[in-house]
Amino acid sequence: MKKVIKVGMADLQVACSNCVLTTYGLGSCVGVALYDHQKKIIGLAHIMLPSSKKAKNKSNAAKFVDTAVDKLLKEMINIGASRERVTAKLVGGSQMFSSAYLCDISKIGHNNVLSAKKKLEDLDITVVSEDTGGNYGRTLEFNSDDGNLIVKTIEHGIKQI
Amino acid sequence: MTQIDDLSQKQIDILREIGTIGSGNAATSLSKLINKEVVMNVPKVNILKFDKVNEILGDPEAPLIGILFTLNVDLKGCIMITLKLDAARSLVEMLFNKKVSKDHKLTEDELSALKEIGNILAGSYLSAISYLTKFEIIHSVPDIAIDMAGSILSVPAIQFGKIGDSTIYIETEFYEGKKKVVGDFFLIPDIDSFDKLFKTLEVMI
Repeated sequence: MKKVIKVGMADLQVACSNCVLTTYGLGSCVGVALYDHQKKIIGLAHIMLPSSKKAKNKSNAAKFVDTAVDKLLKEMINIGASRERVTAKLVGGSQMFSSAYLCDISKIGHNNVLSAKKKLEDLDITVVSEDTGGNYGRTLEFNSDDGNLIVKTIEHGIKQI
Repeated sequence: MTQIDDLSQKQIDILREIGTIGSGNAATSLSKLINKEVVMNVPKVNILKFDKVNEILGDPEAPLIGILFTLNVDLKGCIMITLKLDAARSLVEMLFNKKVSKDHKLTEDELSALKEIGNILAGSYLSAISYLTKFEIIHSVPDIAIDMAGSILSVPAIQFGKIGDSTIYIETEFYEGKKKVVGDFFLIPDIDSFDKLFKTLEVMI
């Protein structure tokens, strides 16, 4: 029986073998999933905002792409992951409402994904697959044994990336 | 700067006052629209930490309807009204004066009608704010989305996330006969507008 660990909004968790990390109803937030295939160590962050730079309150590192990815990687290394082996998968960053005039809100999902890609590139972590954009919510199940990430939606089926 | 994680009792009272006047306006408008008496309970102001959003608001994968408006002129930002599907079906029953089944899929016409109800509710709350502050506020046409509750709620949560770690909403219950409709109202001003709103209201109330 696999151990299932929930990742909330503005939250991150790491786990080792025989675990599943899951997060529900990812909308405009971006999910960053990191994996060390050899040690079977996984980490998942459900991130709300592209950058901590302008934020006054940075107490929750999991809220911002830059600080969340750093913390996630650090926690994985703490339990035995190797920085060189870690690869990434990206999910989410939807535009939940279609109106073009909602400028700030409509761009946030896209900006979250762009910021996550930039951050991972800076850290020299390869993005092996992604399921981003669109206008719908996603639920994720990230399996430590094989690094498979299952993406579930209401109207857009289920896929594995 | 207003801290949403640590609102004072006075600020919560102000939000409740907006909710009470707004829901009163909305009940009157709905009564006129469906030609039946609509009553409401005293609204509740809820402040939820992000990690509790999914726990408190029910199954995060269950569908939720979000109706979103952007605001302009003296108050900038947006508002969102959320309805669970059973509440939406009750509204459809009231509006179209018919029975719908528990698994009824909403039609285009019914969604348009819900948008219009959203418009009435938004207008009701905004006129409450205008009445209290004398701000001129105009709102956009409604934009509707139906998806996993977590993904709909990520929209206000992200905006609130810029200034804190909680989301604030006003919970309102309407009754028409035995039918109950619960709707949550998220007022999501831009950072500057948030301060302006509370400063103006604190002086007045």
